[in-house]
Amino acid sequence: MGVYLVQFLSGLASASALFLAASGLSIIFGVTRVVNFAHGSFYMLGAFFGYTFVREVGGGAIGFWVALLLAALAVGLVGLLVEFVILRRLYKAPELFQLIATFGVILIVQDAALWVWGPEDLLGPRAPGLTGIVRIFGTPMPVYDLVLIGVGPLVLAALWLLFNRTRWGILVRAATEDREMVGALGVNQSLLFTGAFVLGSMLAGLGGAIQLPKGGADLLMDFGILAEMFVVVVVGGMGSIFGAFLAAVLISLLNTFGILIWPSGTLVLMFILMAVILVVRPTGLLGRPESGGHKTEVGVEQALRPAGPHYKIFIGLLLALLLAAPLIVEEFYLVLITDVLVLALFATSLHFLMSTGGLVSFGHAAFYGGGAYAAALLVTYAATPFELALLLAPLGAGLLALVIGWFCVRLSGVYFAMLTLAFAQVAWSVVFQWSDLTNGDDGLLGIWPSAWASGTQVYYLLALAISAGGIFLIRRVVFAPFGYGLRATRDSNLRAAAIGIDIKRQQLAAFVFAGAMAGLAGGLFVFSKGSVFPDEMSIPRSFDALLMVLLGGVDSLSGPFVGAAAFTYLHDELITFEYWRLLLGLTIVALVLLFPQGLAGAAKHHLGRYLKLEAGSAGRAKQADEGRPA
Amino acid sequence: MSDTATARAAEQPSLSIRNLSKAFGGVQAVNDVSFDLAKGELLALIGPNGAGKSTCFNMLNGQIRADSGSVRLAGEELIGRSPADIWRRGVGRTFQITATFPSMTVAENVAMVLMSQRRELFSLFRTAVHRHRDKALALLDLVGMAAQADRPCGVLSYGDLKRVELAVALGNEPRVLLMDEPTAGMAPRERIELMGLAARLVSDLGLSVLFTEHDMDIVFGHAGRIIVLSRGALIAEGTAQEIRSNPLVLKTYLGEGQIYGRAEG
Ligand SMILES: Nc1ncnc2c1ncn2[C@@H]1O[C@H](COP(=O)(O)OP(=O)(O)O)[C@@H](O)[C@H]1O
Ligand SMILES: [Mg+2]
Repeated sequence: MGVYLVQFLSGLASASALFLAASGLSIIFGVTRVVNFAHGSFYMLGAFFGYTFVREVGGGAIGFWVALLLAALAVGLVGLLVEFVILRRLYKAPELFQLIATFGVILIVQDAALWVWGPEDLLGPRAPGLTGIVRIFGTPMPVYDLVLIGVGPLVLAALWLLFNRTRWGILVRAATEDREMVGALGVNQSLLFTGAFVLGSMLAGLGGAIQLPKGGADLLMDFGILAEMFVVVVVGGMGSIFGAFLAAVLISLLNTFGILIWPSGTLVLMFILMAVILVVRPTGLLGRPESGGHKTEVGVEQALRPAGPHYKIFIGLLLALLLAAPLIVEEFYLVLITDVLVLALFATSLHFLMSTGGLVSFGHAAFYGGGAYAAALLVTYAATPFELALLLAPLGAGLLALVIGWFCVRLSGVYFAMLTLAFAQVAWSVVFQWSDLTNGDDGLLGIWPSAWASGTQVYYLLALAISAGGIFLIRRVVFAPFGYGLRATRDSNLRAAAIGIDIKRQQLAAFVFAGAMAGLAGGLFVFSKGSVFPDEMSIPRSFDALLMVLLGGVDSLSGPFVGAAAFTYLHDELITFEYWRLLLGLTIVALVLLFPQGLAGAAKHHLGRYLKLEAGSAGRAKQADEGRPA
Repeated sequence: MSDTATARAAEQPSLSIRNLSKAFGGVQAVNDVSFDLAKGELLALIGPNGAGKSTCFNMLNGQIRADSGSVRLAGEELIGRSPADIWRRGVGRTFQITATFPSMTVAENVAMVLMSQRRELFSLFRTAVHRHRDKALALLDLVGMAAQADRPCGVLSYGDLKRVELAVALGNEPRVLLMDEPTAGMAPRERIELMGLAARLVSDLGLSVLFTEHDMDIVFGHAGRIIVLSRGALIAEGTAQEIRSNPLVLKTYLGEGQIYGRAEG
């Protein structure tokens, strides 16, 4: 009895920090329409700042709470900086670029925290005066947890007052509901945006800080909380603060009781809860149906045209060069180009979803890693021959995509993106935690190709054949009736439905196809490295794919290949530095700010008029007139 | 005229709408509306802005779900079916604010319908480029858009988009065609041409057409029968002659400060 009650209370206590962070995310998104992917990093920073401030000023009972508030303020300042330097320039850019930029911030924060606080997990300081325990029906319960339980509702009430009783808060609400109207009222919009961003950041910081005595601070907090926040926002209902509170409580309770009932299955429970709620109430617990169909805009409206003659020659030359590579370059470079080929297929599969389907997935690595693990598991446990395992990798990934996609296509736009990320994080956690099967963090080793394909040169040629074949297949599908149907759903939901297209089914099929192609890339990957680790399914890997698409430009079908090459080069250059994440993050932010069309996009913008490499990427009307297939 | 109208009403109607209602929050957008669309009839639905005309259309094609009421297509209930399902049963429509695929060419927009109708949209290996092009061009010729077949829809003028939408709606040879302000954004001569086409479709193919229109010259000149909606409720029904002299209709329009032949917004 006591155990359950304490577990219940402990769940409520955890809910507070989660609610604070999620409500901040929700407020920022409501006003600025930016999904702040760095929100988990702000939460982590709150914990680290809190740790430092408590040591500096947190001696007494009052000092402790002052230190937590200072931590929130400090994170607010970081938020101010991020908004002022980066996001402010990107509000009018396609959402993808905002998201990539905030991902750059994640990397920067990760290394900055590593540099300042070191790699060790920090044990949270205890709250002076609240270190004791109380016994509830004989079961001990930390007093601090009881205090935490009060913090969530307290902040909820404060936010309610802010949004209903103050002029600024009412403006924020108005902006959330109707942005044009607020603009028309003559409100200083950029001030409003900055204010909302800072408030949201502070809430994340406070959330990270108040959980210090319970959970401490470590460098892995950012992605864990990010996925949980997304689940809270999706389950609670978009833009509903009360919904976020309810969802945070629900999920935290599920976690704490899950540990009692099924210790290794808490994530699966979360998955099931999310699934059930989304099936019963697609708009979340307290969400209203999306009005006006807010869609993720990836900045692709141009007509994609089949390759013109120039472009075909260009591709032919590139292929010839790649085929001849074993005769020209050393093995070291062949390995590198093999990596590029694998990643190019991975990125092309994501690009297909994004550009043809308008479906921005933030969890595409689930299928890349899924394919790699499918092959590795088959080899490890079923002694499957290399050839068959490589063939089954896309099948496994496709099945995973079928399950995940079945839920995700119920949502659209950024909510779709959030859900893909949350599911990918669940998939990663399963692989990470289920060490009996997957060896957890130690990975699966000794996954090598058959003897005939094990030479570097032969494997390179095999990778070239499969990757090029996969990319051509994707291209073919883009211009097949299936691709056109998918593009129709992207262009206009209304019209697509009115001419008999089953939108969800078309999108799900595309999701599965893209997942299978990513899985094929994953299969190629695992046999080229001989091993696979959970990293291949992680959120950073998903972002790698987005980054490659971005580097290559979202408009062009050849972009992902350029992007994969640029990414591999960048990665190899940077990885030698200790703080390579910091450099990568800065590079990403700089690239987004300087070349909002991506590298290939920018190059084409300048060269395209003369070279006409790929029709349909420079001018709009003109291209469609001229770009008729040969 | 009155005789043919009664004669048609006696046949099995194409669409039979009964007690259709829809509220948005506190606004009763459509209130207990009943009418029939006879086979081979050109029926105009008129009423001031905000009367509930578009909402009616949206319920007929399944895009929004009616709160109550029934819509039968040749006896078969449509309420509760998806837009895609209703389209397959032969109800095509155009939108007040045009909905086309801006990244595709005009011809491809029409070809999409043909692919959808033939259930080809899950085909992975055939090419969609120039698929069903001849048929698409023929449809575009019908609405006078063949010359612009290879322009992307994203760059067309509003009036041209309306015509593309009509070609798209005709693509699967529907039994019933719903046109929401089909001539908005067109020059007077284009309007008359387009409505002339609609009238031919009705007489030659036996298509049943329900349309909304603000231009009263068009309505009185082309509609076989007219129904009038005001604040969600049906207030009159009859021939042009009858509607023109209906005191309630006059009051509605004059009361709203709108005179026949109002300019397009
Ligand atoms: N999606 C919606 N949400 C809320 N109110 C709506 C919606 N669609 C229409 N309305 C309201 O319903 C009424 C009828 O609108 P509508 O059917 O568009 O009229 P009409 O087409 O005759 O001009 C109007 O008051 C309008 O504001
Ligand atoms: Mg209307």
